Amino acid sequence: MSAVLDPIQAIPSATTAAAVASLSRITKRYANGVVALDDLSLTLHRSEIVALLGPNGAGKSTAVKLLMGLSAPTSGAVRIFDGDPRHASTRLRTGVMLQVGKAPEMLRVREHINIFRGYYPNPVPYADLVRAAGLEGIESRMFGQLSGGQKQRALFALALAGNPDLVFLDEPTVGLDIEARRGMWAEIRSLAARGKTVLLTTHYLEEADALAHRIIVINKGRVICEGTPAEVKSLGSATTGASTSRTLKIIRCVTEVSIPTLLSIPGVTTAGLASGITVISSTEPERTLRELLALDQTLHSLEVQSPALEDAFLALTNN
Amino acid sequence: MSTAAFTLPAVRSNSFARTLRIFLTEARYEFVRLLRTRAFSLAVIGFPVIFYLFFGLIMNRGEHIGSVSVAKYMLGSYAVFGMVGAALFGIGGGLASEFSTGWLELKRASPMPPFAYLVAKCCSAAGFGLVIVSILTLMAITIAHVSITLPEYAQMMALTLVGTIPFACLGMVIALLVPFNATPGVINMVYLPMSFCGGLWMPIMLLPHWLQKFALVLPTYHLSQLVLGCFGYGTAGSAISHWLGLLGFTLVMLGIAAIAYRRLEQNS
Repeated sequence: MSAVLDPIQAIPSATTAAAVASLSRITKRYANGVVALDDLSLTLHRSEIVALLGPNGAGKSTAVKLLMGLSAPTSGAVRIFDGDPRHASTRLRTGVMLQVGKAPEMLRVREHINIFRGYYPNPVPYADLVRAAGLEGIESRMFGQLSGGQKQRALFALALAGNPDLVFLDEPTVGLDIEARRGMWAEIRSLAARGKTVLLTTHYLEEADALAHRIIVINKGRVICEGTPAEVKSLGSATTGASTSRTLKIIRCVTEVSIPTLLSIPGVTTAGLASGITVISSTEPERTLRELLALDQTLHSLEVQSPALEDAFLALTNN
Repeated sequence: MSTAAFTLPAVRSNSFARTLRIFLTEARYEFVRLLRTRAFSLAVIGFPVIFYLFFGLIMNRGEHIGSVSVAKYMLGSYAVFGMVGAALFGIGGGLASEFSTGWLELKRASPMPPFAYLVAKCCSAAGFGLVIVSILTLMAITIAHVSITLPEYAQMMALTLVGTIPFACLGMVIALLVPFNATPGVINMVYLPMSFCGGLWMPIMLLPHWLQKFALVLPTYHLSQLVLGCFGYGTAGSAISHWLGLLGFTLVMLGIAAIAYRRLEQNS
Protein backbone atom coordinates (compact mmCIF):
# COMPACT_ATOMS: atom_id res chain seq x y z
CA MET A 1 0.00 0.00 0.00
CA SER A 2 2.70 2.41 0.99
CA ALA A 3 4.65 1.43 -2.11
CA VAL A 4 1.70 2.64 -4.15
CA LEU A 5 1.28 5.85 -2.16
CA ASP A 6 4.88 6.92 -2.12
CA PRO A 7 5.22 7.94 -5.76
CA ILE A 8 1.97 9.88 -5.47
CA GLN A 9 3.25 11.78 -2.45
CA ALA A 10 6.42 12.50 -4.36
CA ILE A 11 4.50 14.32 -7.08
CA PRO A 12 3.89 17.65 -5.31
CA SER A 13 7.57 18.23 -4.55
CA ALA A 14 8.46 17.19 -8.09
CA THR A 15 6.02 19.68 -9.60
CA THR A 16 7.13 22.58 -7.40
CA ALA A 17 10.70 21.96 -8.45
CA ALA A 18 9.71 21.70 -12.10
CA ALA A 19 10.02 24.76 -14.23
CA VAL A 20 6.89 26.72 -15.07
CA ALA A 21 8.57 28.14 -18.14
CA SER A 22 11.96 27.81 -19.69
CA LEU A 23 14.06 28.97 -22.57
CA SER A 24 16.88 26.52 -23.25
CA ARG A 25 19.86 27.47 -25.35
CA ILE A 26 17.85 29.85 -27.48
CA THR A 27 19.32 31.58 -30.47
CA LYS A 28 17.12 33.96 -32.39
CA ARG A 29 18.35 35.37 -35.65
CA TYR A 30 16.03 37.65 -37.57
CA ALA A 31 15.67 37.56 -41.35
CA ASN A 32 17.77 40.74 -41.59
CA GLY A 33 20.68 38.94 -39.90
CA VAL A 34 20.40 40.60 -36.49
CA VAL A 35 21.06 38.12 -33.69
CA ALA A 36 18.68 39.11 -30.90
CA LEU A 37 19.37 36.19 -28.59
CA ASP A 38 22.59 34.26 -28.44
CA ASP A 39 22.51 30.90 -26.65
CA LEU A 40 20.26 32.24 -23.92
CA SER A 41 18.73 30.05 -21.23
CA LEU A 42 16.44 31.00 -18.41
CA THR A 43 13.94 29.27 -16.18
CA LEU A 44 10.91 30.51 -14.25
CA HIS A 45 9.61 28.67 -11.20
CA ARG A 46 6.31 28.52 -9.43
CA SER A 47 5.43 31.34 -7.08
CA GLU A 48 8.24 33.67 -8.02
CA ILE A 49 8.48 37.15 -9.46
CA VAL A 50 11.33 37.44 -11.93
CA ALA A 51 12.45 40.75 -13.38
CA LEU A 52 14.10 40.76 -16.77
CA LEU A 53 16.42 43.75 -17.05
CA GLY A 54 18.58 44.99 -19.84
CA PRO A 55 19.27 48.09 -21.89
CA ASN A 56 17.18 48.80 -24.98
CA GLY A 57 17.90 46.27 -27.71
CA ALA A 58 19.31 43.73 -25.25
CA GLY A 59 16.82 41.08 -26.34
CA LYS A 60 14.25 41.39 -23.54
CA SER A 61 11.22 41.72 -25.76
CA THR A 62 12.44 38.97 -28.07
CA ALA A 63 12.77 36.64 -25.08
CA VAL A 64 9.28 37.54 -23.87
CA LYS A 65 7.81 37.10 -27.36
CA LEU A 66 9.28 33.61 -27.53
CA LEU A 67 7.78 32.74 -24.16
CA MET A 68 4.40 34.03 -25.31
CA GLY A 69 4.61 31.90 -28.45
CA LEU A 70 4.46 34.91 -30.76
CA SER A 71 7.76 34.08 -32.37
CA ALA A 72 9.76 30.94 -33.01
CA PRO A 73 13.44 30.52 -32.07
CA THR A 74 16.10 29.88 -34.71
CA SER A 75 17.41 27.15 -32.42
CA GLY A 76 16.73 25.97 -28.89
CA ALA A 77 13.55 25.03 -27.05
CA VAL A 78 10.77 27.03 -25.42
CA ARG A 79 8.61 25.19 -22.89
CA ILE A 80 5.67 26.53 -20.89
CA PHE A 81 4.05 24.12 -18.40
CA ASP A 82 5.87 21.39 -20.29
CA GLY A 83 4.00 22.35 -23.44
CA ASP A 84 4.37 24.40 -26.57
CA PRO A 85 3.70 28.11 -25.88
CA ARG A 86 1.73 28.32 -29.12
CA HIS A 87 -0.88 25.76 -28.05
CA ALA A 88 -4.27 27.05 -27.00
CA SER A 89 -4.11 24.90 -23.85
CA THR A 90 -0.91 26.71 -22.81
CA ARG A 91 -2.37 30.12 -23.55
CA LEU A 92 -5.33 29.35 -21.28
CA ARG A 93 -2.86 29.33 -18.38
CA THR A 94 -0.98 32.50 -19.27
CA GLY A 95 -1.89 36.15 -19.06
CA VAL A 96 -0.16 38.90 -20.98
CA MET A 97 0.23 42.63 -20.54
CA LEU A 98 2.08 44.27 -23.42
CA GLN A 99 2.99 47.83 -24.24
CA VAL A 100 0.04 48.60 -26.46
CA GLY A 101 0.04 51.92 -28.29
CA LYS A 102 -3.70 51.92 -28.65
CA ALA A 103 -6.39 49.44 -27.74
CA PRO A 104 -9.65 49.78 -29.65
CA GLU A 105 -10.76 53.13 -28.32
CA MET A 106 -14.47 52.94 -28.89
CA LEU A 107 -15.09 50.04 -26.54
CA ARG A 108 -15.81 50.55 -22.86
CA VAL A 109 -13.49 49.25 -20.14
CA ARG A 110 -16.23 46.84 -19.07
CA GLU A 111 -16.61 45.51 -22.60
CA HIS A 112 -12.88 44.96 -23.05
CA ILE A 113 -12.71 43.06 -19.76
CA ASN A 114 -15.66 40.87 -20.58
CA ILE A 115 -14.33 40.06 -24.04
CA PHE A 116 -11.09 38.79 -22.46
CA ARG A 117 -12.89 36.97 -19.64
CA GLY A 118 -14.82 35.13 -22.34
CA TYR A 119 -11.61 33.58 -23.72
CA TYR A 120 -11.11 31.49 -20.57
CA PRO A 121 -13.16 28.63 -19.15
CA ASN A 122 -12.77 29.82 -15.54
CA PRO A 123 -12.27 33.59 -15.58
CA VAL A 124 -11.82 35.76 -12.51
CA PRO A 125 -15.20 37.18 -11.41
CA TYR A 126 -15.75 40.58 -13.00
CA ALA A 127 -16.02 42.48 -9.72
CA ASP A 128 -12.79 40.97 -8.36
CA LEU A 129 -10.95 41.91 -11.50
CA VAL A 130 -12.15 45.50 -11.40
CA ARG A 131 -11.10 45.78 -7.77
CA ALA A 132 -7.68 44.17 -8.33
CA ALA A 133 -6.87 46.56 -11.17
CA GLY A 134 -8.37 49.58 -9.44
CA LEU A 135 -10.89 50.31 -12.18
CA GLU A 136 -13.88 51.12 -9.98
CA GLY A 137 -15.81 54.08 -11.34
CA ILE A 138 -14.28 54.11 -14.80
CA GLU A 139 -15.77 50.86 -16.08
CA SER A 140 -18.20 52.63 -18.40
CA ARG A 141 -15.61 54.89 -19.98
CA MET A 142 -14.42 54.32 -23.51
CA PHE A 143 -10.86 53.08 -23.59
CA GLY A 144 -9.91 56.10 -25.68
CA GLN A 145 -10.99 58.46 -22.89
CA LEU A 146 -8.73 56.94 -20.26
CA SER A 147 -5.55 58.57 -18.98
CA GLY A 148 -2.24 56.80 -19.51
CA GLY A 149 -2.28 55.27 -16.04
CA GLN A 150 -5.89 54.16 -16.34
CA LYS A 151 -5.07 52.46 -19.65
CA GLN A 152 -2.24 50.57 -17.97
CA ARG A 153 -4.60 49.42 -15.24
CA ALA A 154 -7.19 48.29 -17.77
CA LEU A 155 -4.53 46.30 -19.64
CA PHE A 156 -3.44 44.81 -16.30
CA ALA A 157 -7.02 43.63 -15.77
CA LEU A 158 -6.98 41.95 -19.20
CA ALA A 159 -3.78 40.08 -18.26
CA LEU A 160 -5.40 38.74 -15.09
CA ALA A 161 -8.80 38.00 -16.65
CA GLY A 162 -8.26 34.26 -17.02
CA ASN A 163 -6.81 33.66 -13.54
CA PRO A 164 -3.53 32.63 -15.21
CA ASP A 165 -0.73 30.66 -13.57
CA LEU A 166 1.94 32.56 -15.48
CA VAL A 167 1.74 36.29 -16.11
CA PHE A 168 3.93 38.35 -18.44
CA LEU A 169 4.02 42.02 -17.54
CA ASP A 170 5.84 44.36 -19.88
CA GLU A 171 6.50 47.72 -18.20
CA PRO A 172 3.32 47.40 -16.13
CA THR A 173 3.57 50.63 -14.13
CA VAL A 174 4.52 53.10 -16.87
CA GLY A 175 2.49 56.27 -16.42
CA LEU A 176 1.09 55.31 -13.03
CA ASP A 177 1.15 57.74 -10.11
CA ILE A 178 2.86 56.61 -6.91
CA GLU A 179 -0.28 55.39 -5.23
CA ALA A 180 -1.46 53.39 -8.24
CA ARG A 181 2.03 51.94 -8.65
CA ARG A 182 2.05 50.75 -5.03
CA GLY A 183 -1.39 49.25 -5.59
CA MET A 184 -0.23 47.32 -8.61
CA TRP A 185 2.88 46.14 -6.78
CA ALA A 186 0.72 44.78 -3.98
CA GLU A 187 -1.42 43.00 -6.56
CA ILE A 188 1.65 41.50 -8.27
CA ARG A 189 2.99 40.30 -4.90
CA SER A 190 -0.31 38.69 -4.07
CA LEU A 191 -0.20 36.83 -7.38
CA ALA A 192 3.10 35.26 -6.38
CA ALA A 193 1.78 34.55 -2.90
CA ARG A 194 -1.05 32.56 -4.51
CA GLY A 195 1.47 30.39 -6.36
CA LYS A 196 1.47 32.27 -9.67
CA THR A 197 4.63 33.08 -11.59
CA VAL A 198 5.26 36.60 -12.80
CA LEU A 199 7.79 37.67 -15.42
CA LEU A 200 8.32 41.39 -15.33
CA THR A 201 10.23 43.62 -17.69
CA THR A 202 10.77 47.11 -16.46
CA HIS A 203 12.88 50.20 -16.86
CA TYR A 204 12.28 51.21 -13.25
CA LEU A 205 15.10 49.51 -11.39
CA GLU A 206 13.48 50.54 -8.14
CA GLU A 207 10.52 48.41 -9.20
CA ALA A 208 12.66 45.37 -9.90
CA ASP A 209 14.39 45.90 -6.57
CA ALA A 210 11.12 46.17 -4.66
CA LEU A 211 9.22 43.37 -6.39
CA ALA A 212 11.47 40.70 -7.81
CA HIS A 213 12.61 37.58 -6.02
CA ARG A 214 15.11 37.13 -8.78
CA ILE A 215 16.61 39.46 -11.37
CA ILE A 216 17.96 38.34 -14.71
CA VAL A 217 20.13 40.91 -16.45
CA ILE A 218 20.58 40.39 -20.16
CA ASN A 219 22.70 42.29 -22.62
CA LYS A 220 23.42 41.65 -26.28
CA GLY A 221 21.24 38.56 -26.24
CA ARG A 222 23.00 36.82 -23.35
CA VAL A 223 22.32 36.44 -19.65
CA ILE A 224 25.08 38.37 -17.95
CA CYS A 225 23.96 37.93 -14.38
CA GLU A 226 21.19 36.36 -12.39
CA GLY A 227 20.30 36.37 -8.72
CA THR A 228 18.39 38.08 -5.93
CA PRO A 229 18.40 41.89 -6.03
CA ALA A 230 21.08 41.91 -3.32
CA GLU A 231 23.26 39.47 -5.21
CA VAL A 232 22.96 41.43 -8.44
CA LYS A 233 23.93 44.63 -6.64
CA SER A 234 27.06 43.12 -5.14
CA LEU A 235 28.00 41.53 -8.46
CA GLY A 236 27.68 44.94 -10.04
CA SER A 237 30.04 46.40 -7.46
CA ALA A 238 32.42 43.53 -8.05
CA THR A 239 32.77 44.44 -11.70
CA THR A 240 33.75 47.97 -10.71
CA GLY A 241 36.90 46.61 -9.07
CA ALA A 242 35.81 45.51 -5.62
CA SER A 243 35.89 41.92 -4.51
CA THR A 244 32.63 40.00 -4.34
CA SER A 245 31.14 40.77 -1.00
CA ARG A 246 27.60 40.84 0.26
CA THR A 247 28.38 43.60 2.79
CA LEU A 248 29.61 46.26 0.41
CA LYS A 249 28.43 49.76 1.40
CA ILE A 250 28.86 53.18 -0.08
CA ILE A 251 30.03 55.82 2.43
CA ARG A 252 29.60 59.50 1.64
CA CYS A 253 30.91 62.28 3.84
CA VAL A 254 32.77 65.57 3.92
CA THR A 255 36.27 64.90 5.26
CA GLU A 256 39.78 66.27 5.07
CA VAL A 257 41.39 62.83 4.94
CA SER A 258 43.24 62.42 1.63
CA ILE A 259 42.35 59.80 -0.94
CA PRO A 260 45.60 57.79 -0.56
CA THR A 261 45.05 57.63 3.21
CA LEU A 262 41.49 56.52 2.68
CA LEU A 263 42.60 53.75 0.36
CA SER A 264 44.94 52.44 3.06
CA ILE A 265 42.07 51.98 5.53
CA PRO A 266 41.06 48.28 5.81
CA GLY A 267 38.00 47.35 3.73
CA VAL A 268 38.10 50.37 1.42
CA THR A 269 37.98 49.32 -2.22
CA THR A 270 37.50 52.65 -3.95
CA ALA A 271 37.62 56.28 -2.88
CA GLY A 272 37.00 59.45 -4.79
CA LEU A 273 36.03 63.08 -4.47
CA ALA A 274 32.96 64.42 -6.24
CA SER A 275 31.94 68.10 -5.79
CA GLY A 276 33.31 68.29 -2.25
CA ILE A 277 31.85 64.98 -1.10
CA THR A 278 34.13 62.03 -0.56
CA VAL A 279 32.66 58.76 -1.82
CA ILE A 280 34.12 55.54 -0.44
CA SER A 281 33.10 51.98 -1.08
CA SER A 282 33.98 49.49 1.58
CA THR A 283 33.56 45.79 2.11
CA GLU A 284 34.00 46.23 5.87
CA PRO A 285 31.96 49.38 6.46
CA GLU A 286 31.95 49.26 10.30
CA ARG A 287 35.72 48.95 10.53
CA THR A 288 36.26 51.60 7.87
CA LEU A 289 33.95 54.01 9.67
CA ARG A 290 35.66 53.50 13.07
CA GLU A 291 39.05 54.33 11.54
CA LEU A 292 37.67 57.21 9.54
CA LEU A 293 35.97 58.87 12.49
CA ALA A 294 39.13 58.51 14.56
CA LEU A 295 41.22 60.11 11.80
CA ASP A 296 38.98 63.15 11.27
CA GLN A 297 37.15 64.79 14.19
CA THR A 298 35.56 67.36 11.84
CA LEU A 299 34.00 64.80 9.51
CA HIS A 300 30.35 65.65 8.78
CA SER A 301 27.41 65.00 6.42
CA LEU A 302 27.90 61.26 6.80
CA GLU A 303 25.72 58.89 4.78
CA VAL A 304 26.03 55.13 4.49
CA GLN A 305 24.11 53.38 1.68
CA SER A 306 23.81 50.02 0.10
CA PRO A 307 24.86 50.12 -3.52
CA ALA A 308 21.83 50.87 -5.69
CA LEU A 309 20.60 48.43 -8.28
CA GLU A 310 21.00 51.22 -10.78
CA ASP A 311 24.75 51.39 -10.20
CA ALA A 312 25.03 47.63 -10.50
CA PHE A 313 22.96 47.64 -13.66
CA LEU A 314 25.09 50.31 -15.29
CA ALA A 315 28.28 48.55 -14.28
CA LEU A 316 27.06 45.19 -15.57
CA THR A 317 25.76 46.38 -18.91
CA ASN A 318 28.50 48.88 -19.61
CA ASN A 319 30.81 46.61 -21.62
CA MET B 1 -13.87 4.60 -15.85
CA SER B 2 -17.45 5.17 -16.91
CA THR B 3 -17.42 8.69 -15.48
CA ALA B 4 -14.38 9.51 -17.59
CA ALA B 5 -16.17 8.26 -20.67
CA PHE B 6 -19.17 10.43 -19.86
CA THR B 7 -17.37 13.61 -18.88
CA LEU B 8 -15.10 13.76 -21.90
CA PRO B 9 -17.82 14.56 -24.48
CA ALA B 10 -19.32 17.02 -22.00
CA VAL B 11 -16.00 18.86 -21.79
CA ARG B 12 -15.73 18.90 -25.58
CA SER B 13 -19.20 20.30 -26.16
CA ASN B 14 -18.52 22.79 -23.39
CA SER B 15 -15.40 24.04 -25.13
CA PHE B 16 -17.27 24.12 -28.45
CA ALA B 17 -19.94 26.30 -26.88
CA ARG B 18 -17.25 28.56 -25.46
CA THR B 19 -15.55 28.86 -28.85
CA LEU B 20 -18.85 29.71 -30.48
CA ARG B 21 -19.49 32.31 -27.80
CA ILE B 22 -16.05 33.83 -28.40
CA PHE B 23 -16.83 34.16 -32.13
CA LEU B 24 -20.19 35.80 -31.42
CA THR B 25 -18.84 38.18 -28.77
CA GLU B 26 -15.93 39.17 -30.95
CA ALA B 27 -18.20 39.89 -33.93
CA ARG B 28 -20.75 41.77 -31.84
CA TYR B 29 -18.20 44.10 -30.26
CA GLU B 30 -16.38 44.65 -33.52
CA PHE B 31 -19.67 45.83 -35.04
CA VAL B 32 -20.41 48.04 -32.02
CA ARG B 33 -16.91 49.47 -32.17
CA LEU B 34 -17.23 50.35 -35.86
CA LEU B 35 -20.67 51.86 -35.30
CA ARG B 36 -19.31 54.07 -32.53
CA THR B 37 -16.33 55.11 -34.64
CA ARG B 38 -18.11 57.96 -36.42
CA ALA B 39 -15.28 58.58 -38.87
CA PHE B 40 -15.94 55.09 -40.15
CA SER B 41 -19.69 54.65 -39.87
CA LEU B 42 -20.70 58.05 -41.24
CA ALA B 43 -18.35 57.89 -44.21
CA VAL B 44 -19.00 54.30 -45.14
CA ILE B 45 -22.79 54.66 -44.98
CA GLY B 46 -22.92 58.30 -46.09
CA PHE B 47 -20.96 58.11 -49.33
CA PRO B 48 -23.04 55.49 -51.16
CA VAL B 49 -26.23 57.13 -49.88
CA ILE B 50 -25.25 60.58 -51.16
CA PHE B 51 -23.88 59.24 -54.44
CA TYR B 52 -27.03 57.24 -55.06
CA LEU B 53 -29.19 60.19 -54.15
CA PHE B 54 -27.47 62.47 -56.70
CA PHE B 55 -26.66 60.15 -59.57
CA GLY B 56 -29.33 57.49 -59.20
CA LEU B 57 -32.32 59.43 -57.95
CA ILE B 58 -32.08 63.19 -58.60
CA MET B 59 -30.44 63.02 -62.04
CA ASN B 60 -32.26 59.99 -63.40
CA ARG B 61 -35.52 59.82 -61.52
CA GLY B 62 -38.14 57.80 -63.34
CA GLU B 63 -35.99 57.48 -66.47
CA HIS B 64 -35.93 54.27 -68.43
CA ILE B 65 -33.53 53.08 -71.08
CA GLY B 66 -35.46 50.46 -72.98
CA SER B 67 -36.98 48.27 -70.28
CA VAL B 68 -34.26 49.14 -67.76
CA SER B 69 -35.18 51.48 -64.91
CA VAL B 70 -32.13 53.70 -64.39
CA ALA B 71 -32.84 54.16 -60.68
CA LYS B 72 -33.10 50.41 -60.19
CA TYR B 73 -29.98 49.72 -62.25
CA MET B 74 -28.06 52.27 -60.19
CA LEU B 75 -29.39 50.72 -56.98
CA GLY B 76 -27.59 47.53 -57.95
CA SER B 77 -24.31 49.23 -58.72
CA TYR B 78 -24.31 51.63 -55.75
CA ALA B 79 -25.22 48.76 -53.44
CA VAL B 80 -21.99 47.09 -54.55
CA PHE B 81 -20.12 50.39 -54.17
CA GLY B 82 -21.39 50.58 -50.56
CA MET B 83 -20.60 47.03 -49.50
CA VAL B 84 -17.13 47.17 -51.05
CA GLY B 85 -16.36 50.37 -49.11
CA ALA B 86 -17.50 48.80 -45.84
CA ALA B 87 -15.34 45.74 -46.45
CA LEU B 88 -12.20 47.60 -47.52
CA PHE B 89 -12.27 50.26 -44.81
CA GLY B 90 -13.69 48.03 -42.08
CA ILE B 91 -11.10 45.30 -42.47
CA GLY B 92 -8.18 47.11 -44.08
CA GLY B 93 -8.38 50.15 -41.80
CA GLY B 94 -9.10 48.24 -38.59
CA LEU B 95 -6.49 45.56 -39.15
CA ALA B 96 -3.77 48.04 -40.12
CA SER B 97 -4.34 50.12 -37.01
CA GLU B 98 -4.51 47.17 -34.61
CA PHE B 99 -1.47 45.67 -36.24
CA SER B 100 0.63 48.80 -35.87
CA THR B 101 -0.33 49.55 -32.26
CA GLY B 102 0.46 46.09 -30.94
CA TRP B 103 -3.15 45.31 -30.07
CA LEU B 104 -3.19 42.40 -32.51
CA GLU B 105 -0.12 41.00 -30.75
CA LEU B 106 -1.92 41.07 -27.41
CA LYS B 107 -4.88 39.31 -29.00
CA ARG B 108 -2.60 36.68 -30.53
CA ALA B 109 -0.97 36.03 -27.17
CA SER B 110 -4.42 35.46 -25.65
CA PRO B 111 -6.33 32.18 -26.03
CA MET B 112 -8.66 33.79 -28.60
CA PRO B 113 -8.85 31.54 -31.69
CA PRO B 114 -7.05 33.63 -34.36
CA PHE B 115 -9.80 32.85 -36.84
CA ALA B 116 -12.36 34.51 -34.55
CA TYR B 117 -10.61 37.82 -35.06
CA LEU B 118 -10.84 37.69 -38.85
CA VAL B 119 -14.36 36.28 -38.89
CA ALA B 120 -15.50 39.05 -36.54
CA LYS B 121 -14.06 41.70 -38.82
CA CYS B 122 -15.59 40.09 -41.89
CA CYS B 123 -19.03 39.71 -40.27
CA SER B 124 -19.04 43.31 -39.07
CA ALA B 125 -18.21 44.57 -42.54
CA ALA B 126 -20.96 42.37 -43.95
CA GLY B 127 -23.30 43.81 -41.31
CA PHE B 128 -22.52 47.31 -42.51
CA GLY B 129 -23.03 46.11 -46.08
CA LEU B 130 -26.54 44.87 -45.16
CA VAL B 131 -27.38 48.23 -43.55
CA ILE B 132 -26.13 50.19 -46.58
CA VAL B 133 -27.97 48.02 -49.12
CA SER B 134 -31.17 48.23 -47.07
CA ILE B 135 -31.00 52.03 -46.86
CA LEU B 136 -30.38 52.33 -50.60
CA THR B 137 -33.28 49.97 -51.34
CA LEU B 138 -35.57 51.98 -49.08
CA MET B 139 -34.54 55.17 -50.90
CA ALA B 140 -35.19 53.59 -54.30
CA ILE B 141 -38.66 52.45 -53.24
CA THR B 142 -39.74 55.66 -51.52
CA ILE B 143 -38.11 58.32 -53.70
CA ALA B 144 -38.04 56.78 -57.17
CA HIS B 145 -40.94 54.34 -56.69
CA VAL B 146 -38.78 51.52 -57.95
CA SER B 147 -40.51 48.19 -57.55
CA ILE B 148 -38.39 45.59 -55.83
CA THR B 149 -39.75 42.17 -55.01
CA LEU B 150 -38.93 40.39 -51.80
CA PRO B 151 -36.90 37.67 -53.57
CA GLU B 152 -34.86 40.37 -55.31
CA TYR B 153 -34.12 42.01 -51.96
CA ALA B 154 -33.28 38.67 -50.36
CA GLN B 155 -30.87 37.87 -53.20
CA MET B 156 -29.16 41.24 -52.72
CA MET B 157 -28.76 40.53 -49.02
CA ALA B 158 -27.28 37.11 -49.69
CA LEU B 159 -24.87 38.57 -52.26
CA THR B 160 -23.82 41.21 -49.72
CA LEU B 161 -22.89 38.53 -47.20
CA VAL B 162 -20.87 36.50 -49.70
CA GLY B 163 -19.58 39.48 -51.69
CA THR B 164 -17.91 40.96 -48.62
CA ILE B 165 -15.40 38.09 -48.50
CA PRO B 166 -13.24 38.90 -51.57
CA PHE B 167 -13.00 42.55 -50.54
CA ALA B 168 -12.25 41.62 -46.95
CA CYS B 169 -9.31 39.63 -48.30
CA LEU B 170 -8.20 42.61 -50.41
CA GLY B 171 -8.43 44.83 -47.32
CA MET B 172 -6.30 42.33 -45.40
CA VAL B 173 -3.64 42.36 -48.13
CA ILE B 174 -3.50 46.17 -48.08
CA ALA B 175 -3.22 46.20 -44.28
CA LEU B 176 -0.36 43.71 -44.39
CA LEU B 177 1.60 45.35 -47.20
CA VAL B 178 1.13 49.07 -46.66
CA PRO B 179 2.50 51.10 -43.74
CA PHE B 180 -0.24 52.04 -41.29
CA ASN B 181 -0.25 55.79 -42.00
CA ALA B 182 -0.69 55.23 -45.71
CA THR B 183 -3.53 52.71 -45.42
CA PRO B 184 -6.58 55.02 -45.87
CA GLY B 185 -4.96 56.70 -48.87
CA VAL B 186 -4.03 53.42 -50.50
CA ILE B 187 -7.49 51.98 -49.87
CA ASN B 188 -9.03 54.97 -51.65
CA MET B 189 -6.55 54.62 -54.50
CA VAL B 190 -7.71 51.05 -54.97
CA TYR B 191 -11.39 51.51 -54.09
CA LEU B 192 -12.32 54.43 -56.34
CA PRO B 193 -10.62 53.37 -59.61
CA MET B 194 -11.84 49.82 -59.04
CA SER B 195 -15.39 51.11 -58.64
CA PHE B 196 -15.25 53.20 -61.81
CA CYS B 197 -13.60 50.54 -63.94
CA GLY B 198 -15.90 47.83 -62.62
CA GLY B 199 -18.91 49.78 -63.84
CA LEU B 200 -20.27 50.89 -60.46
CA TRP B 201 -20.60 54.58 -61.35
CA MET B 202 -21.36 54.26 -65.01
CA PRO B 203 -22.83 51.16 -66.71
CA ILE B 204 -20.04 48.93 -67.92
CA MET B 205 -21.20 49.03 -71.55
CA LEU B 206 -20.65 52.80 -71.66
CA LEU B 207 -16.97 52.39 -70.81
CA PRO B 208 -14.29 52.18 -73.57
CA HIS B 209 -13.89 48.74 -75.04
CA TRP B 210 -10.42 48.12 -73.58
CA LEU B 211 -11.67 49.05 -70.10
CA GLN B 212 -14.49 46.54 -70.47
CA LYS B 213 -11.83 43.90 -71.14
CA PHE B 214 -9.80 45.05 -68.16
CA ALA B 215 -12.90 44.82 -65.93
CA LEU B 216 -12.75 41.03 -66.23
CA VAL B 217 -10.01 40.94 -63.58
CA LEU B 218 -11.91 43.25 -61.21
CA PRO B 219 -14.02 41.74 -58.43
CA THR B 220 -16.21 44.86 -58.48
CA TYR B 221 -17.25 44.01 -62.03
CA HIS B 222 -18.14 40.41 -61.21
CA LEU B 223 -20.03 41.27 -58.03
CA SER B 224 -21.99 44.08 -59.69
CA GLN B 225 -22.97 41.79 -62.58
CA LEU B 226 -24.25 39.25 -60.05
CA VAL B 227 -26.25 41.88 -58.18
CA LEU B 228 -27.65 43.35 -61.42
CA GLY B 229 -28.45 39.77 -62.41
CA CYS B 230 -30.95 39.69 -59.50
CA PHE B 231 -32.96 42.32 -61.41
CA GLY B 232 -32.38 40.67 -64.79
CA TYR B 233 -30.02 43.53 -65.71
CA GLY B 234 -26.82 41.53 -66.08
CA THR B 235 -25.17 42.55 -69.35
CA ALA B 236 -22.22 40.29 -69.92
CA GLY B 237 -20.94 36.87 -68.98
CA SER B 238 -22.70 34.01 -67.20
CA ALA B 239 -23.35 33.87 -63.48
CA ILE B 240 -20.88 30.98 -63.26
CA SER B 241 -18.13 33.06 -64.85
CA HIS B 242 -18.74 35.84 -62.29
CA TRP B 243 -18.66 33.43 -59.36
CA LEU B 244 -15.43 31.97 -60.67
CA GLY B 245 -14.04 35.48 -61.10
CA LEU B 246 -14.78 36.28 -57.44
CA LEU B 247 -13.42 32.96 -56.25
CA GLY B 248 -10.23 33.37 -58.25
CA PHE B 249 -9.69 36.89 -56.92
CA THR B 250 -10.28 35.69 -53.34
CA LEU B 251 -7.76 32.88 -53.68
CA VAL B 252 -5.12 35.20 -55.14
CA MET B 253 -5.65 37.65 -52.27
CA LEU B 254 -5.44 34.89 -49.66
CA GLY B 255 -2.22 33.68 -51.24
CA ILE B 256 -0.65 37.14 -51.14
CA ALA B 257 -1.85 37.65 -47.58
CA ALA B 258 -0.30 34.36 -46.48
CA ILE B 259 3.07 35.27 -48.02
CA ALA B 260 3.00 38.79 -46.58
CA TYR B 261 2.06 37.49 -43.14
CA ARG B 262 4.83 34.92 -43.14
CA ARG B 263 7.33 37.59 -44.15
CA LEU B 264 6.20 39.83 -41.30
CA GLU B 265 6.33 36.97 -38.82
CA GLN B 266 9.90 36.11 -39.75
CA ASN B 267 10.90 39.64 -38.91
CA SER B 268 9.16 39.73 -35.56
